[in-house]
Amino acid sequence: MTNDAIDFEQELSADVGPVTKAIVICAGILFVVCCLGLYGFANELNVPATVTAGNGLSVPASGSGEATLYLAGPGTAIKRKVQLGGNVQLTGDDLQNAGRYVIALDGNTASFYVTAAPVHAIAFLARPSRVPADTPNVVTGTAFLFDRYQNLVLEPQPVKFELEVNGQTVTRTETSKDGVAYTKLDSSKKEGTAQFVASSGSASVRRVVQEVASDPCNIRMTAQRDPRGILVRTDPIRDCAGNPVPDGTIVTFTSTDSRGKNTVDARIKRGIAQAQLPASNDATISVASGVVVGNEIKWRNE
Amino acid sequence: MKVVLPIVIIVLTVVLVAMATIQPNQLSPAKSPEGAVQALLARVQARDYRGAYSYVAHNADSDEQAFAEDLAGRNGSLRTYSSLANADTKVLRATDDEAMVRATLAYATAVGAFYDTRDLKVVKEGDNWKVEWPVMKEAKVPPQVIQENYLRWDVITRGGNDDFGAQNVEAPRVRIVSMNAIPQANNTIIVGEIENEDTVPGFVSVGATLIGKNGEVLGEETSFDKISHTLLPKEISPFRIDFSNVKLASIKSVRMTPNSMLVPASADPTIGVLHQRVETDARGRHVLKGELVEESGEVVNIPHVLATYYDNAGKVIWVSDGYVDQALLPQTPVPFAVDLNDTAAANVHNYRVTVNEYILNRQDQQP
Repeated sequence: MTNDAIDFEQELSADVGPVTKAIVICAGILFVVCCLGLYGFANELNVPATVTAGNGLSVPASGSGEATLYLAGPGTAIKRKVQLGGNVQLTGDDLQNAGRYVIALDGNTASFYVTAAPVHAIAFLARPSRVPADTPNVVTGTAFLFDRYQNLVLEPQPVKFELEVNGQTVTRTETSKDGVAYTKLDSSKKEGTAQFVASSGSASVRRVVQEVASDPCNIRMTAQRDPRGILVRTDPIRDCAGNPVPDGTIVTFTSTDSRGKNTVDARIKRGIAQAQLPASNDATISVASGVVVGNEIKWRNE
Repeated sequence: MKVVLPIVIIVLTVVLVAMATIQPNQLSPAKSPEGAVQALLARVQARDYRGAYSYVAHNADSDEQAFAEDLAGRNGSLRTYSSLANADTKVLRATDDEAMVRATLAYATAVGAFYDTRDLKVVKEGDNWKVEWPVMKEAKVPPQVIQENYLRWDVITRGGNDDFGAQNVEAPRVRIVSMNAIPQANNTIIVGEIENEDTVPGFVSVGATLIGKNGEVLGEETSFDKISHTLLPKEISPFRIDFSNVKLASIKSVRMTPNSMLVPASADPTIGVLHQRVETDARGRHVLKGELVEESGEVVNIPHVLATYYDNAGKVIWVSDGYVDQALLPQTPVPFAVDLNDTAAANVHNYRVTVNEYILNRQDQQP
């Protein structure tokens, strides 16, 4: 054993007095805090951590006599006199809005959360209102889930999306996240008015999506002589899926001869387009709709 | 004296009233060919068509009513909304009893200045010069029934009682299919084409913003009337946006903004554009000429011609437009001519003409 080791032991024994004192003081303080805590706990309001919106709540109130109840929450502020020594009742009407509430009674406070009730309504955004037929991932549906008090239902919920046109139905079920469910669907091959339905629980909302023909496909025309010149007429104009292109669509007929160029922007009516071009002995006639070009006719008047 | 004074006052009153109401019907005769044309046009400017007609040579073709309609317009045409603002005359050639005078007429119209150039033959009748006014004979279409299947789009929009998620009907999809920036002296012209890709009609307009080298905005403009605003499904319209005093070299980029709106519209009428050809006019300018024919049964009061010119690569190199001051009657050809930029004319390989129509009191728009 060295001299240094002996000195260390001596210093340690010399410090025992103050350390003990400090421990005793800390223990005393801790004891007082615990006593105060126990006293406070004994008087704290006993409320659940969460309450479903629209459900009532019964809060035990110890003591006697009359006290003032305060309740503050999202869009809610209540102050009323209550009798202590029984249960204080909060009705469903008091707790409609989801969020954090603070309750204070007779100098005691507590907080709890009101969560959304089951899905009661859906705000359904279907976009776009008009889509070309036979196109993938073109119809989008977004559903926002609400309870009967217009609280967004944040708990994950299954949402069923159904797109039905001409008896064909496409169904997809998505799980909502943070109150929102989203899907993307293909448009059907056939044009028509599609019923787009989103449903969750007992709630269901219907939207209409117009599925319309796409660009014309294989425009074909014929030409014939008539008393006023050349009558040009298309066959029924359809898109590549066989849907008739809507009436009113512009079809441009062009004839070129030695006297210049003649154009007529005709409208499809009852599925076909026709126009009157001036008489010519030697003309080249073409047809187009938008950027789609049809057949060409070499016209010879013999 | 008591009797004389009232009689004098009455006689004086009658004389003054007569002087005020009776106008001289004899205008000063024209003593020169140019004077005849100038006197005629001065009366037209004053909307005194009867007075103007007194300077017209009385040959078989002249008809006072047709003459007045030719100058004042008919059928709700653009001419009916215009007035002769200025007239310049120039004698092209003259002999002792015949002359040719060129009249350049500038009309003030509802859509801006409208210019007309006429070469008028002036002849000597006795001591006076008279103008042979070439009255345009209106072609008469035989009475007939033209069957029309009127096609209209009506729009029901979202109401105030609809719920939050109820969607409105969407605006039609439109796309700018081509665009070109052209320098012209100190100006920059943006030309291009826009297509309605949807299956419903749309009211379209195109805006452009010029961005400078440092990202600053040099100017913002819209196509205004240099576009067909109502586009039916798959219809393509040219557009032109003029920026004055902005040099192309100072532009870093152009931001195009196509706008569309769903509107009720009618698919009629159908207008044919016949015998289109590029020619050089009397002043040596390039013009695109042709004829418009209304193929349905409606009267188109004010036709507006838009011409798109392409180079050999199919790129739009110029867009010009012009109003026609005659109404389009059913199946009656009406000539038109629109200017073609001389710089662009050298590179024009192809062109396309479209027609806007303005119709008063549309039958199919009534409920």
